[in-house]
Amino acid sequence: MHPAFSVIFFTVASGAGFGLFSLLFIADVFKLGGGFSREALIIGGFIALGLIIFGLLSSTFHLANPKNAWRAFNRFRTSWLSREGVFAVIFMPLALIYLASIWFDAPTWLRDTSGFLAAILAWITVFSTGMIYACLKTIRQWNTPLVPANYLALGYASGSLLLLLGAVVSGLDTLPYIAMSALIMSIAAVLKAIYYFWIGSPGLSPTINTATGLTRAKVKLLDTGHTHGTFLTQEFGFQIARQKAGLLKVVVFVLGFALPGLMLVWVFNQHGGQMAAIVAVVAGLVGASVERWLFFAEARHVVNLYHGAQRC
Amino acid sequence: MRLGLVVDLDVCVGCHACAIACKEWNASGTIGPLTDYQPYGAEPSGVWFNRIRSYEMDEYPNNKTVNFPMSCMHCEDAACVTVCPTGASYKRPEDGIVLIDQDKCMGCNYCSWACPYGARELDRSSGTMKKCTLCVDRIYDQALPVEERQPACVLTCPAHARMFGDFDDPDSAVSRTVRERSGFSLMPELNYNPTNQYLPPRSKPVIPVGPKPKGGLKESIKQFANKLVRR
Repeated sequence: MHPAFSVIFFTVASGAGFGLFSLLFIADVFKLGGGFSREALIIGGFIALGLIIFGLLSSTFHLANPKNAWRAFNRFRTSWLSREGVFAVIFMPLALIYLASIWFDAPTWLRDTSGFLAAILAWITVFSTGMIYACLKTIRQWNTPLVPANYLALGYASGSLLLLLGAVVSGLDTLPYIAMSALIMSIAAVLKAIYYFWIGSPGLSPTINTATGLTRAKVKLLDTGHTHGTFLTQEFGFQIARQKAGLLKVVVFVLGFALPGLMLVWVFNQHGGQMAAIVAVVAGLVGASVERWLFFAEARHVVNLYHGAQRC
Repeated sequence: MRLGLVVDLDVCVGCHACAIACKEWNASGTIGPLTDYQPYGAEPSGVWFNRIRSYEMDEYPNNKTVNFPMSCMHCEDAACVTVCPTGASYKRPEDGIVLIDQDKCMGCNYCSWACPYGARELDRSSGTMKKCTLCVDRIYDQALPVEERQPACVLTCPAHARMFGDFDDPDSAVSRTVRERSGFSLMPELNYNPTNQYLPPRSKPVIPVGPKPKGGLKESIKQFANKLVRR
């Protein structure tokens, strides 16, 4: 699949935003590390909303006809893309009610209820983002429950690193934030490792024989019937060398998980403090972006069978 | 009604006439234009609803070239319609034709990801997805003579490799042909239940290619004469 940068930015940014918002709510409820001040909660909440809104806006850049984007809320009943949009839009007012009840010292039940509902919707929205890809039977590398699991784990991992930076800047006790981040990042790393292992073997997948129905003998492509590329080759023809993909997987694990993990240790040992937390956030987000790029680059659509691939 | 096509892989000669006729009709039809990018340039490309590829089956000396036209299969379980967030893609309940409402499409490409057959192509000039309409603006046109109320690709095919008809009617020509010739659908394991069916290449007796057996005296004289004439 052709990796579109607007979609990569959207999924990484909105995932981190939704993750940050949910974890911010948890940190607020349990007053982790002494609890954030009112101002810090508001700033954190708006950073999360900013990431989500920028992400959603950037996702409209890959539309060829954005003037009809408002119609995307129409098919909630069947389409995960539509569901994602609807959930993200329902999330917004709840998140704003939560932030407003912090600002205006509203009763705890209102603050906790709206925060809880917003956190649940954040989870559902990121799940829907993953399901957009996981529901496609045409792409073996995507058609697995590991995809929404990865989207959730990585979104929450990025969010936890942002929250840790907030805790360091606010001068809170960082221990609970380090523990939370370490746990979520370990889960994300393990899920990603299982995913890479899983897509390594083809399993039961369509072949050029079932694609053409000529199942009694070997089949090979003689002529694609077009002189230059088509929409299909531009959108689905993208291929990444196995070696390059392997190298990028190392980058994902080093930048996305190992380096932020090391920075957690530094923050724990009071080395570098703020700087270490910033490095952790940047490395985590860059790692997640490389992971997302690879997620698209490694996906092989079955239409490639008609363009000569023996198996997808 | 479940309208669709039957493509006879035994007969198709790979002349691309169906693709040309399709482009001719639909470029000026309800879904047109079908934009071309750099039609006379170095990298010609464009929107087509019908593409013909050629494959080689088996290996020498048992190999055979199979020409393979493909357009929208008008699937029973059309995932392209399920995933469409705007409601632009729809399947007509009355005849099963899958269409795209050009006024609603936002060009997100999601339907093309869901289609295993590569039937949907984005028109970069209009920013909307386009696909085979089964010539819906032709097959119901009362102004045309009855025999011309068929998709352009079917009408034009010089080898009669394409048939159009109703698969819900077990006695229609398409249903009968598929039954008798063991028609099959493409990538059935994805469970999209494509309507269009393909007829397999027939097994034909092998044509001997060894040296011809010697003829009699008459044959020798004939060959001698032929040689003289050629010189």
